Amino acid sequence: MARTGPAERPLSPHLQIYKPSITMVMSILHRITGAALFFGTLLLVIALVALASGSSAYGTVQAIYGSFLGKLVLFGYTWALFHHMCGGIRHFVWDTGAGLERETRMKLAWATLFASLGMTVLAFVAYLAG
Amino acid sequence: MSQQSSTSLRTPLGRVRGLGAAKSGTDHFWKSRVTAVANVPLTIAFVVIMLMLSKRDYAGAVKLVGQPLVAILLLLFIGSATYHMRLGMQVIIEDYVHSEGKKIALLMLNTFFAIAVALASAYAILKIGFAG
Repeated sequence: MARTGPAERPLSPHLQIYKPSITMVMSILHRITGAALFFGTLLLVIALVALASGSSAYGTVQAIYGSFLGKLVLFGYTWALFHHMCGGIRHFVWDTGAGLERETRMKLAWATLFASLGMTVLAFVAYLAG
Repeated sequence: MSQQSSTSLRTPLGRVRGLGAAKSGTDHFWKSRVTAVANVPLTIAFVVIMLMLSKRDYAGAVKLVGQPLVAILLLLFIGSATYHMRLGMQVIIEDYVHSEGKKIALLMLNTFFAIAVALASAYAILKIGFAG
């Protein structure tokens, strides 16, 4: 694309030149899961409005949400919810000024991922058992 | 300190107000954090309610959502979550959309979406709660 600025100036290097680190990946995932959850609220509002509309509307939603693809989306939504929540808790720690040292940063990033996966599995087990 | 104020273009009043160039200070950050703190317990409650809901048929689901405690927790979750997601999406738009017209249109859509989701959900919950 042609640049229309007054002069070609050197640009600072962007994301793709850096070696990916776990903290970088968790930061990007925090934004992606946040954006996904934004649109994911549609899943909730559709189910609630269907439930308020009557049994045939709710039956349709149940059939779609209960299909394999529906369950897959809901599983992903659950993970996004937990991941964004764990990432948020990590931000609370940083807000106090703590946990910003290299080692702690790395540990917190991995903890975010494992905690979110663990909670998602727990919810899935509860779903299967319930 | 006195050295700095004699060279700064900032007025003493501006410094005391502490609102900065965007005129909103830490307002956005603070609201994002307050709703985030509320979201933690509310999200867990939400997931538990959804798991309970997944095992019920239509009549059972209406009965569950119609219970005051369940309805109130869902309303709180929706209020806090939609407020929080509007703040978050605003930052995403401001980060990536640089054309002024497109940015303003998307920021408006962001607000419309958040309010529509919140109101539709709240209406549905209240209808289920009051009318069954």
